[in-house]
Amino acid sequence: MSGIPTVALSVDQLSIRFGGVTAVESMTFDVREGEALSLIGPNGAGKTSAFNAITGYLAAAAGDIVYRGARLNGLKPSRIAALGVVRTFQKTSVFAGRSVLDNILIGLHLQSRQHPLAIILGLPSVAREERRLIEKAREVLHFVGIEPRKHELASSLAYGELRLLEVAVALAAGPTLLLLDEPVAGMNAVETAGFMETLARIRARGVTVLLVEHDMKMVMRISDRVVCLNQGRIIAIGPPAEVQRHPDVIRAYLGERHVRVEG
Amino acid sequence: MKRLATAAFLAFLFSIPLWVSSLYVLHVLIITGIFTIAAMSLNLLLGYTGQLSLGHVAFFGIGAYVSSLVSLGFAVHLAPDWLVTLDPQPVWLAIIWAIAISGFCGWAIGRISFKVRGAYFVIVTISFAEVVRLVALNWDELTQGPMALNNIPPLTLSIPGLFEFSFIGKVPNYYLVLMAAIIAYVVIARLVNSQAGRAMIALRENEPLATSVGIEVTRYLVLSAVVSAAIAGMAGALYAQYVQIVDPNIFLFIYTVTMVIMVVVGGKGTLAGPIVGGLIFGLLPEALRSLEIRPELQWVAYGVLMIVIVSILPSGIVPALARWWTDRAARAPSQRDQQTPA
Amino acid sequence: MLGGIYALLGIGLTLIFGIMRVVNFTHGELYSFGAYMMFMFVMLLHLNFFLSLALAMALGVALGAVIEFVLLRKLRGADIDTTMLVMIGAWIAMQNLEQLAWSGVAKSIKTPFRSTPLVLGGLSVAWSRLFVFGVALALIAGADAVVDRTRLGRAMRATFQDSAAARLMGVDIDRVYLSTFALGSGLAAAAGALLGPIFVVTPGMGDLAALKAFAVVILGGLGSIAGATIGGFLLAFIEEMGAGYVSSGYRDAMGFLLIILVLIVRPTGLFSRKERIG
Repeated sequence: MSGIPTVALSVDQLSIRFGGVTAVESMTFDVREGEALSLIGPNGAGKTSAFNAITGYLAAAAGDIVYRGARLNGLKPSRIAALGVVRTFQKTSVFAGRSVLDNILIGLHLQSRQHPLAIILGLPSVAREERRLIEKAREVLHFVGIEPRKHELASSLAYGELRLLEVAVALAAGPTLLLLDEPVAGMNAVETAGFMETLARIRARGVTVLLVEHDMKMVMRISDRVVCLNQGRIIAIGPPAEVQRHPDVIRAYLGERHVRVEG
Repeated sequence: MKRLATAAFLAFLFSIPLWVSSLYVLHVLIITGIFTIAAMSLNLLLGYTGQLSLGHVAFFGIGAYVSSLVSLGFAVHLAPDWLVTLDPQPVWLAIIWAIAISGFCGWAIGRISFKVRGAYFVIVTISFAEVVRLVALNWDELTQGPMALNNIPPLTLSIPGLFEFSFIGKVPNYYLVLMAAIIAYVVIARLVNSQAGRAMIALRENEPLATSVGIEVTRYLVLSAVVSAAIAGMAGALYAQYVQIVDPNIFLFIYTVTMVIMVVVGGKGTLAGPIVGGLIFGLLPEALRSLEIRPELQWVAYGVLMIVIVSILPSGIVPALARWWTDRAARAPSQRDQQTPA
Repeated sequence: MLGGIYALLGIGLTLIFGIMRVVNFTHGELYSFGAYMMFMFVMLLHLNFFLSLALAMALGVALGAVIEFVLLRKLRGADIDTTMLVMIGAWIAMQNLEQLAWSGVAKSIKTPFRSTPLVLGGLSVAWSRLFVFGVALALIAGADAVVDRTRLGRAMRATFQDSAAARLMGVDIDRVYLSTFALGSGLAAAAGALLGPIFVVTPGMGDLAALKAFAVVILGGLGSIAGATIGGFLLAFIEEMGAGYVSSGYRDAMGFLLIILVLIVRPTGLFSRKERIG
């Protein structure tokens, strides 16, 4: 990629308050098209709140969120997803009682418009669409690497595969901006490496990625830029190496460790 | 295997009037069939979409009343000097009106359900049914109140000059209800196994995840409510033209409860569930009646049964049977290239 | 007077609904249970009227405790649908048991009050209704005192705010739930016992009472005794007004229409502070 980087997502003076607590204060940053940007920071820094506000699960008290020219503030999550912004959840979130294939088929919701009347009348176009969707679903499962498990219940998957399924469901929705909330939490080294490889392939398809993560090794390796939050405010933005050396960032993290050592 | 069983079952159902001569038994089957259709429609809203709507009898009753009023004709003052009249219309048209108006009410409830969720929605639906009942009871001019609408004409299909057939009597009505039940089943099955059905199930299972992939909550809640209400309205209309009398008692909460029991015990969220539940709770009372067990005792038993089933087999009979079946089949792993049953 | 009764019903339900998050479909049955107990004590056993009242209430509390212990305890973690369905099952069983035991014929209960009404400057009020009103107010005040001033009440309020936090702080949730349900049921039984002698006692009387209780809860907001009290009187008032303008048959419909309207406009009720159950 060459030339001036274009801004995909613009977050401007975002403030989030609820229950008397200010989760995020005057947060301003951009996500550029095609980049991988990581949000890091100690627990409670406001990372997931920011995610929730961007994707419409939480109302912003102030500030603007704009994606490719469309203002996201106040839109319903389903509308935001239709604009190409799809997220995963911090707590493992799949349709546990459904098969792996069904999960993806649900994820493919935006890819197909079957009219209820056509469905009820059983028009052949509906059956054709279903077949097309099943093919696409298998593609997505193959891309992520869990295609052989397609008929199994989601709840019967191992933890690593479950998280892959989560990402697959999000991918099925056809995102141009993918927000991943702690995607490798709880994964071992092998699974994490596998995920980073999958992430690379996702990016190769041109998807912009915004990541919340605690695993510093992964953050450093895959991010183009890093945003560090502490107590609801941004304390550093820049390439990984820079942010890692930033005094405020060190203080934010070391401060915690410091307390732990004393306590 | 499944197709064979279904075909055999259908053949059996079609053959019943050939070897059952008791009008009483046919009557019981017809009523059971009508309630089963209503239960299937409730299952769509309650079982598949996860909306606990306890006012379902309202749609059924509205369908019955609309169909009756349109086929009988009516004259009512909407204001002291504004008389609205309608001449009697053909019954098939009345039934279409019943479906349309019930569907509209479903649309209204669907839109409300989006704003008013969870336990409050339950209260709204119960209240809605009660209000409709009280309106039917008190708006004498339109509904004859407790005096009931009488002499409702039966459905007549005709092609002028070629033939005319009225569904009078047990046997024709049995087939009418059977056909209607099959149509209802097919409509619901198609919906449930489609993208729309998956969306409804997704909303029930994990709403935040569903919205994150673009499923609009209102759209599918409303769709589910409309189809559910329309089918219930059709059942009500069929009921009206069969028993030919309709009174406000049709809106009693106990009928909603009956439908709920059918769905829950049979298996909510499955296609076969309400049918199993419908058959059990439609036929059981009659079977018990011959044993001369007092109806109150029966209801006590139903209440207890519901508690037991909901506690032990929360998904109902059909899913429990299905699980038991697949557990047995799990010894020989099979390649099934189908989606999991909804 | 009806306002006081509605308030009693509403307070019990709002506590149960608010603290335990259970849609209590048996509330109406406890109302009719109270009435039937009054009938049994006064008419069959010929006990003193006031003693019967107290006994009916006490039995209501006991029955509530039994229901909580037997049914709800097991369902603690279940989703709201399952609990609601169990409550519905219990309600059907209870109502039909009542029908079996007492038959569907309406029963009347004699009161010890004079039938000539008290006349106060233009207003004539029946002694019996005055009595009901007075007792209702006393019970409302009593319930309020329990919730506001006792340790149990504090525990209940804490659980209402945040049950997980309350548990961590050492609140015995089991006891709170048991007491809440018992108290709520007792109030419902009291309402039934009080109204039984005024009107007649039938097995189905609980249904309407329960729905009105829900109306009161929605008017007054979840978990608020003050709200339920105001809501109760408000509902009675609206019913009177409504019955005056439209035909009296629609009187009962007033409450329901109100519920629907209020929930559409303000899904959390008129006075509530907490988020709606979603």
